[in-house]
Amino acid sequence: MTNRPFGGLAAFAAAAMILAGPSGPAQAADPIRIGEINTYSGPLAAFTDPYRKGWMLAIEQINAKGGVLGRKLEVVDRDDAGNPANAVRLAEELIKSEKVDVLAGGFLSNIGLALADVAARNKVLFVASEPLTDALVWEKGNRYTFRLRPSTYMQAAMLAAEAAKLKDAKRWVIVAPNYEYGQSAVAAFKGLLKAARPDVEFVGEQWPALFKIEAGPTVQALAELKPDAIFNVTFSTDLAKLVREGELRGLFKGRPVVSMLTGEPEYLDPMKEEAPQGWIVTGYPWDAIDTPAHKAYRDAYQARWNDYPRTGSLVGYNTILAIAAAIAKAKSANTDKLIAALEGLSYDSPSGNVTFRAIDHQSTMGAWVGRTAVKGGKGTMVDWVYADGAGFLPSDAEVRKMRPAE
Amino acid sequence: MSFIAVQALTGLAGAASLFLVAAGLTIVFGVTRIVNFAHGSLYMLGAYVAVTLARDWGGAIGFWGAVAAAALAVGALGALVEIVLLRRIYKSPELFQLLATFGLVLVIQDITRAVWGAENLLGPRAPGLDGAFALLGHQVPEYDLAMIAIGSAVLGGLWLLFHRTRFGVLVRAATEDREMVALLGVDQRLLFTAVLFLGAALAGLGGALQMPRQAASLDLDLLIIVEAFVVVVVGGMGSIAGAALAAILVAEIHAFGIVLVPKSTLVLIFLVMAATLVLRPAGLLGRAGAESEEGGRAPPPILRAAHGKARLAWPLLALAMAVAPVVIGEWGVVLATEIVVYALLAASLHFILWGGGLVSFGHAAYFGLGAYGAALAVKHLGAGMTPALALAPLAATLGAAVYGWFAVRRAGIYMAMLTLAFAQMTWSAAFQWVRMTGGDNGILGVWPDAWAADPLVFYYLALVVCGATIWGLQRVVHAPFGHALRAGRDLALRAEALGIDVLRVRWLAFTLAGAAAGVAGGFFAFAKGSVFPNILHVGTSLDALVMVLMGGVEHLAGPLAGALSYTGLAAELARRTAHWQLILGGLVIVLVLVLPRGLAGLAARAERMEGEA
Amino acid sequence: MTSLVVRDVALAFGGVRAVAGVSFTVAAGERVALIGPNGAGKSTLFNLVTGQLRPDAGMVLIDGRLTVGLPPRAIARMGVGRTFQVAATFASMTVRENVQMALLAHARRHLRLWRPARTHFVAEAEALLALVGMQDAAERGAGILAYGDLRRLELAMALAGSPRLLLLDEPTAGMAPAERAGLMAAVACVAAERDLAVLFTEHDMDVVFGHATRILVLDHGLLIASGAPDAVRRDPKVRAVYLGAESAGAP
Repeated sequence: MTNRPFGGLAAFAAAAMILAGPSGPAQAADPIRIGEINTYSGPLAAFTDPYRKGWMLAIEQINAKGGVLGRKLEVVDRDDAGNPANAVRLAEELIKSEKVDVLAGGFLSNIGLALADVAARNKVLFVASEPLTDALVWEKGNRYTFRLRPSTYMQAAMLAAEAAKLKDAKRWVIVAPNYEYGQSAVAAFKGLLKAARPDVEFVGEQWPALFKIEAGPTVQALAELKPDAIFNVTFSTDLAKLVREGELRGLFKGRPVVSMLTGEPEYLDPMKEEAPQGWIVTGYPWDAIDTPAHKAYRDAYQARWNDYPRTGSLVGYNTILAIAAAIAKAKSANTDKLIAALEGLSYDSPSGNVTFRAIDHQSTMGAWVGRTAVKGGKGTMVDWVYADGAGFLPSDAEVRKMRPAE
Repeated sequence: MSFIAVQALTGLAGAASLFLVAAGLTIVFGVTRIVNFAHGSLYMLGAYVAVTLARDWGGAIGFWGAVAAAALAVGALGALVEIVLLRRIYKSPELFQLLATFGLVLVIQDITRAVWGAENLLGPRAPGLDGAFALLGHQVPEYDLAMIAIGSAVLGGLWLLFHRTRFGVLVRAATEDREMVALLGVDQRLLFTAVLFLGAALAGLGGALQMPRQAASLDLDLLIIVEAFVVVVVGGMGSIAGAALAAILVAEIHAFGIVLVPKSTLVLIFLVMAATLVLRPAGLLGRAGAESEEGGRAPPPILRAAHGKARLAWPLLALAMAVAPVVIGEWGVVLATEIVVYALLAASLHFILWGGGLVSFGHAAYFGLGAYGAALAVKHLGAGMTPALALAPLAATLGAAVYGWFAVRRAGIYMAMLTLAFAQMTWSAAFQWVRMTGGDNGILGVWPDAWAADPLVFYYLALVVCGATIWGLQRVVHAPFGHALRAGRDLALRAEALGIDVLRVRWLAFTLAGAAAGVAGGFFAFAKGSVFPNILHVGTSLDALVMVLMGGVEHLAGPLAGALSYTGLAAELARRTAHWQLILGGLVIVLVLVLPRGLAGLAARAERMEGEA
Repeated sequence: MTSLVVRDVALAFGGVRAVAGVSFTVAAGERVALIGPNGAGKSTLFNLVTGQLRPDAGMVLIDGRLTVGLPPRAIARMGVGRTFQVAATFASMTVRENVQMALLAHARRHLRLWRPARTHFVAEAEALLALVGMQDAAERGAGILAYGDLRRLELAMALAGSPRLLLLDEPTAGMAPAERAGLMAAVACVAAERDLAVLFTEHDMDVVFGHATRILVLDHGLLIASGAPDAVRRDPKVRAVYLGAESAGAP
């Protein structure tokens, strides 16, 4: 993955830009400005493009109904190129020059954390939409940061609950990318599964470098351990390679596989008819969720973009809904009032009711847990249920231990 | 036992695909002496083209037809790149060549995204080879054997080509001695174009053959190029047999490394490369002496102390920076702080690059060590800002002293590769050693002390300390030490004959530059409030190089002009476009081709022309 | 006293013997010319003395100390100054800065970080430049000097190290005849004044016979004659391999 800042057009445009200066103070009828930072360029565009379409749809719908508090919502978006240092600079720009009322965004965990840090330093509200890392609301949580998407821990907990039901699976092996996300997911999964099923043992782990999996040797090494079941955290290109090699070498034959995020269309669809079958996964069966709220959302999305929604689309859409709901509840775009409004805020979204917990600022947005299948030449989820995030979070006492006191 | 045999076989299949890419890279290097960063991009294009052809035209041309067509198409693109770009930079310094081809990487990636989209594309499997067979009780994919066969066939084919055809003999002759080929009455330009075609076609073939194993994705380019570099360097640059041997070595290290040290595979591979460069600099099968130190380049311009009006430039600049906050507003101050920090980073790189001819392609290591030094002091020692800022250059100095001791013993492209390997090793450690560094999640809360919490105060603090460090570096350039360093760059032979220990001078200079970069890194950490492994990544090294290049390598003011324009433009472009890769890549290429002396060079030329008019 | 002792020194490059067991001495106050046809091994012998090359066999002593295995800089610090066959100066510096660099290195001040180099040893540098007739070119860039001027500058740099032994590899190549005499006269003057041992190679026989106190003749890596100029001139072996061929105008 590239981590580059940007290049330029002419030599001293910098000076011109600096002199352009900030805009004036906000008026009552001025739009409420949301500063949105995400990785819109490079390989991650596959994830952030649907995300952008999601929040754009929400903005358009809200503004078509007259906005919030009689003011329109306006998003000022920036591309961080996958580099947290860039994200910090862009956040400073949005806060100090664009005078945004709220910050939102982040796909990569590290960018989410960097933005949370800037938000706390500048005392501005930050609604982290996509970053998964648990640290965002726990070890490194702060007063100004709220997170929407179900976190690494929550997704691992959903899967651990399913894994515990596998009576015959006692010997587990693990394959996870060797960085913070992989390590956190594995730690949470192991802890929760072991607690639910003291009889299981973890007999081996493979830690391929992110996006550098040596799929053949990795599969070979896992198969050698003759496990009963497999927990997978790899994703994207690593996952596709793992699936192909694993199928060829018979690693998955007769073994349940429990896999993080694999049911999300972003990861499932590129594998087309070779998507794994029968894996227990978290994901988003967008075509099969037929609640009225989700149907309306899906229809609007497809009408607007001539494309189907991905997980990112839903997260982007729900992020704007959350901010709008908070503004409406606070009757203001003032940061302190917004924070007070968001703590305990409950609102309805296409994925059901979502509540932002006051204790750690994590939302209860859930995920769908089911099994993968291939239908009509492409991967999908079957036998799924919606796992409400509220049921997969640690106790308040444990949260208090992890989260720094304010 | 059977497990080891099967694992080794799997490793061989990986070696075959690595070899295809590395062979192309090493052939191109052997003849053109250019390390083509964009070779990985050609590999990526091979994968995309093959998947597209196999999907949309697979009925007509079949899987293997798609693979062959992709290889040829990418070969043709390689030839085009030679004609349009490489041909113009054969005589440029290595660094410019690296940067120009890196510009190409960015351009190709952006165009690929525009054409194919960002979603991964999985191609079909090879017909008849999509199963596995049982071997010693293990399942082995048939395609693995096909890869081993193809890899061996290409190795054999290349041997025949180079030993049994006139073209091959000419290529070998050109690898040994470029001038000689010109004497043979061969159209050298045609030969070079043909070599690029061959090298690119091999890259395209390598990418196309990955179709049954992995999806075409936008990150293939940088992933494979780093591996291919390692293979080429370990095997010996320009040696095809060496590439084959090294590909096997590297692939088997991967295959068994994940069993023995599953969490350290990233570091392992760079360790192999660094160890090779240190112990056997020419590689396993490379010829010694390929390292050329003093080329027949135009004499460098005389560095004169500022005189006349120019003497006022530094004080005036300092004054301008001091009063700037009045004009530029709150956000401008934040940006100006970053510019000051980057100016010091660029100046420290410029100090060894220009002053000593030391081509560092891993300057991020020392910037990053400074940042991590400060951040870790805050996190683990509970240090305040001042001691943390003092610790930053210490950490960087230590790193630079150790890495530099090895690096300065190599010249030119070998030094660039070695510094890159060290920087990537450091990055791997920061990325994977989660308990110490927080890994990818970085270190947060590196905030300035209360008295410097106001961005304006912090700006002045950074301006004073970084400015003083830059000024100190300028003093050193003009001091006896700077002259001794430059003497070693101009003519090491002569410097040694005067009693100067050139290596020691270089090592001290490298360490000093590392310390200065560490000062910048410490301020960067506090300016951002957080530190992440990205700061150690090759991307940061390239940023610094582009700044130096943009400003002008031959001018002491170059790094400052470069940091100002680059950082300012980065901020501006982020506001306007998601196609920064295309623009930055294009800009780098244009700079190398049109303005190799950078902005300061442009200013100096304008001044001269004014003087003459 | 004997400044340089070379004893049974031999070196082969890939089976080709460049220097095949050569012995000679150079004493303080002597100006010894080393002559021989192209490829006779003159420059190789120089590089063996100054440490750029390491002999396969034999030994080199400078002021009674064994130097084999020492790097060139260590030998330089023992008081050996040299010039190169292809004039070697620092192209990015001015003429004066080149000499100052040599003076700084000799004084072991080249690692100093603060005071500008151009303020060190100004008078000493000027004196050396005057000695070789370069005082008017002090501010010029060394990268753009004419070849003869480069030779002069190199000589000044070699002398800056206050050497006890001076090795000059074709010191007058590329100069006009009149300049050659001037330069060699300057060398003779300094050598006498400082009681230097001088060893030089030279193609111009007028320079050799006009300025050498003793001559060594090298052919195919072997020393075939040595002695006073007149003796060497009369030596039939020398006439056969070298002078004879030249005076007869044969190829």
